[in-house]
Amino acid sequence: MSALLPATPMFGATTVDTAVFLIGAVIILAGAFGVVLSRNPVHAALNLVATLFGVAVLFVEQGANFLAAVQVIVYAGAIVVLFLFVIMFLGVDRLENLADEPLPAQRPLAIVLAVLALGGLVALGVEAHWAVGAHSVAGPVQGASGGDVGALGKAVFTTYLFPFEITAALLLIAVVGAVVLARRPTGQSSPPPDGDQAAADDGPAGTLAAEEPAAVAAVNELPSEEVVR
Amino acid sequence: MSVPGAWFLALGAVLFAVGAVGLLVRRNVLVMFMCIELMLNAANLTLVTFARMLNDVGGQALVFFVLVVAAAEVVVGLGLVVAIFRRRRDATADDLHILKG
Repeated sequence: MSALLPATPMFGATTVDTAVFLIGAVIILAGAFGVVLSRNPVHAALNLVATLFGVAVLFVEQGANFLAAVQVIVYAGAIVVLFLFVIMFLGVDRLENLADEPLPAQRPLAIVLAVLALGGLVALGVEAHWAVGAHSVAGPVQGASGGDVGALGKAVFTTYLFPFEITAALLLIAVVGAVVLARRPTGQSSPPPDGDQAAADDGPAGTLAAEEPAAVAAVNELPSEEVVR
Repeated sequence: MSVPGAWFLALGAVLFAVGAVGLLVRRNVLVMFMCIELMLNAANLTLVTFARMLNDVGGQALVFFVLVVAAAEVVVGLGLVVAIFRRRRDATADDLHILKG
């Protein structure tokens, strides 16, 4: 097994590495099961944060320091906050009855399919000796000048320059699409979705409708700014 | 010597399977999105592991692009969820059967 790895002694002692891997794996899997099994969407989002931090820890252990920082900033800092904002904004933080399943065959079928896929993936990995092929095609990570940040920056701005520019266009399209989705169609005055609450507040319904698109636009711009930064 | 890359790859496979089960089983659209994020993270972990095992920066660059695409996907997806919520006060995927022609 160890013969498959590059024999560069850039990682520390085996016991420490193993302990970090095991702790990270436990955090990742606990968070993942928490996301799937939580009845409350807010709890699912917080479990997702645990998984994202565990993945960041394993990134650091494998020498991807920049990606670990980006993982924490973009995923845990922006995307999960966006999830929580939408959960709070829509007021869906109520418990979901997980025992209520209208399609009785769906769960066992899903679990069987996932176990089959997992078995297939692991069997493929074992059969293919996990990672074979040419080394350092796009450039080496270990031993590069500037560490992993230098290697990644050089690759993104030389080899992958065109995909990087396409990424900018993708983000712009996403922002435009989010704004189009968020704005209310002008001309037709649609009733506010929670008309009973608006009636109970006996406030003018116009203020509710006027404030909502601005809030939605603010939500939708959050993650793209984080990524650009 | 460091932890074998196979362990990371197996962990990534398990994480992907858990996310896939969640995506297939849960009916809350927001939780389904979170399960998609789980699967994306499993793929990212696998790519970083390959980058280390093959000493190739291409894997890490691909993770960078996956992060960007995930952010864009979440923006548009949550925009869709908010737009659906405006019309129906519900977020279960079953209620979207009205989309069928």
